[in-house]
Amino acid sequence: MTAAASTSEDPGLWKTLTARPAVLVALVVFGAILAAAILAPWIAPADPARMSVRARLSPPLGDYIFGADAFGRDVLSRLLFAGRVSLSIGLGVAVLSTALGIVIGLAAGFFRRLDAPLSRLIDAMMAFPDILLAIALVAILGGSAANVVLALSIVYTPRIARIVRAATLVIRELPYVEAARALGSSNLSIMVWHVLPNIVSPITVQATFIFAYAMLAEAGLSFLGVGVDPSIPTWGTMVNEGRQYIDQALYLILFPGIAISLAVLSLQLIGDGLRDALDPRLAKDV
Amino acid sequence: MLKYILKRLFGMLVVLFLVLTITFVIVRVAPGDPAALMLGPDATPQDAAELRATLGLDQPILVQYGKFILSAVQGDLGQSLFFHRPVLSVIAERAEPSAFLALFSLIISIVIAVPIGIFVAYRRGGVADQGAVSTAMLAASVPSFWTGLVLQRWLASDLGWFPASGYGGPAAGFLDRMGYLVLPAIVLGIVNSALILRFTRASMLDVLGEDYIRTARSKGMSEGRVVMKHGLKNAAIPIVTVVGLTFALLVSGAVVTERVFNIPGMGSLVVGAVLRRDYPIIQGTLIVVATLYILINLCTDLLYLLIDKRVRY
Repeated sequence: MTAAASTSEDPGLWKTLTARPAVLVALVVFGAILAAAILAPWIAPADPARMSVRARLSPPLGDYIFGADAFGRDVLSRLLFAGRVSLSIGLGVAVLSTALGIVIGLAAGFFRRLDAPLSRLIDAMMAFPDILLAIALVAILGGSAANVVLALSIVYTPRIARIVRAATLVIRELPYVEAARALGSSNLSIMVWHVLPNIVSPITVQATFIFAYAMLAEAGLSFLGVGVDPSIPTWGTMVNEGRQYIDQALYLILFPGIAISLAVLSLQLIGDGLRDALDPRLAKDV
Repeated sequence: MLKYILKRLFGMLVVLFLVLTITFVIVRVAPGDPAALMLGPDATPQDAAELRATLGLDQPILVQYGKFILSAVQGDLGQSLFFHRPVLSVIAERAEPSAFLALFSLIISIVIAVPIGIFVAYRRGGVADQGAVSTAMLAASVPSFWTGLVLQRWLASDLGWFPASGYGGPAAGFLDRMGYLVLPAIVLGIVNSALILRFTRASMLDVLGEDYIRTARSKGMSEGRVVMKHGLKNAAIPIVTVVGLTFALLVSGAVVTERVFNIPGMGSLVVGAVLRRDYPIIQGTLIVVATLYILINLCTDLLYLLIDKRVRY
C-alpha cells in the first residue's frame, strides 16, 4: 500500500528515465561502451600494441573483425583500449570542472562582493572558443592525458559556475535559508547543507553534457596532434593515424568515429532524459 | 537607450581587459622558463637569456603585464618567434580563408536550420519533427573532423565534385579560392545547423503557444501569415542570439576543419604555432578571436533593439 502510494507520487528517477525509449537505448549503449572499455584487458582479442607486418592494413571481417591498421595492429583491441583513455578523460573533465564550477559559482552567487568580478571572469573565459583555449592550455602545460583533463576542465568550468551562480542567487533569498541563518548557521554550512542539495539536478545534467563535449574536444585535440601523446591510443588519435590511409582503408577512421559518435550521442540523450526527469520545470523541447 | 548602450560598452571593455589578462596569465604560468619552453630542448642557456631580454621576460612581472596591456590596446600583439613579423599582420594574412569559411558555413546552417526548425515546430510531435530533432542530435555528436574526412573521401576524392584540399596556388583568383571552401563550409554548416535548428524549434514552440497567436488565428488570418508574421517575428530574438553564440562553435569547428582540408587559415596557424612553440601567435589568436566573439555578441544585443520594439533597456 505504502509502496504503491509512493510510486504514484514519485515514480523514481530510474523509472522516469527509462520510460522514454530513446533514453533507455542510450543507457544500454553507453553502459555497453563503458563495460567494453573497463573489461578491455580481458575481452580484447589481441595485444593493442602488437605489430605484425603480414597483417598490415588487412580489411575487416578477415582474421581481424575490425581489420588491422598500418602497423598490423588489431583495430578492435585498440578501439577497446582507446575507449578507456577517451572515457576517462571525459569523466575526469566532467568531475573536475563540476568541482571547480561549484566552488566558483557558490562564491559568486553567495557573496555579493565577489559576484561582479567572478561573473566578468566567467564571461571572459567563455569568450574563448573551447578547442582554441584548450589548444593554448595544452601547448603550455604539455601533452599528457592529465594535462588534457586539466586544460579541458578549465575550459568547461565557467559553464558549471554560471549555472551554480544563477541557482544560488535564487535559493539565497528563500525563507529556509533565512531561517537557517536566523538559527545561527555559518555561510559555509548554509552553502553545503541548504544550497548545494537544491542545485544537484541542474549540475548533474550539465556535467553529463560536459562529459560528452569533453570527449568530442579530446578527439579534436588528438586529431590535431596537440592532445595526448600520439603513442597513447584514444579514439581521436586513431582517426588521426587512419587519415593517411583513408584511400585504401576507410575502416581505420570509420570505427573510432562511430565509437566517439555513439558515446557522445548516448551521453547527450541521457543528459536530456536526466533534465526532464530531475527537474520538470527545466523540461523543454530543446 | 543610450545609457544602456554605454553601460553595455563599458561591460565589454571590462571583459576585453580580462581576456587580455587571461591570455597573459596563460603564457606566464607555464611551468619552467617561458623562453626555454619557446626555444625547445636544443637551446643553450645563452639563447634563452637573449630571448628573455628581447621579450622583456627579465623585467618584474607587473612591468611586463603593464607593457603587454599597453601595447595590446595599441594593436601591438608582439612579434612572431617563427615568422619574425608582427603577430597581427601574420594573423591578418591568414584571416581570409577562415572568415569566409565561417561566413559560408553560417549561411548554410541558417538556410538549413531556420526553415526546418519553423516547420517542425509547427508540426510538433510529427514524424518530421522527431526525425529532425534526432538528426540534429546526431549531427551534434559526430566529430566535425570525422564528417569532414568521410565527405572529403566520398565527394571530393571518389566523385570529384569538389577540390579535395588546399586553397589554390598563389596565383589562384578569388573565385578559385572560394571554390576550395565550399565542401569545408558544408561540413561545418551541417554541424552548426544542429544547434540553430534546436533553438529555432524551441523558440517557435514557445511563441506558437502564446495567446496572440490564437487571437490572430481567430481573426481568420491564414496559417502562413500567422506563423511567418506573428510567430517568426517574435521567435527571432532567441534565434539571433544563438546565431551569435554559434560563432565560438564555428571557430572551434573551423580550426579542425581547416586541418582536414589543408586550408591555410587561422586554425592551421594556431596548430602550427603550437608545434613550433610560437607563443605570441597563440596568444594573439586567442585575443583576436575572443575580441571578435565579444563584439559579435554586442552586435546581437543591439540587434534586439531593431528587431523587437518591446525591448527597452
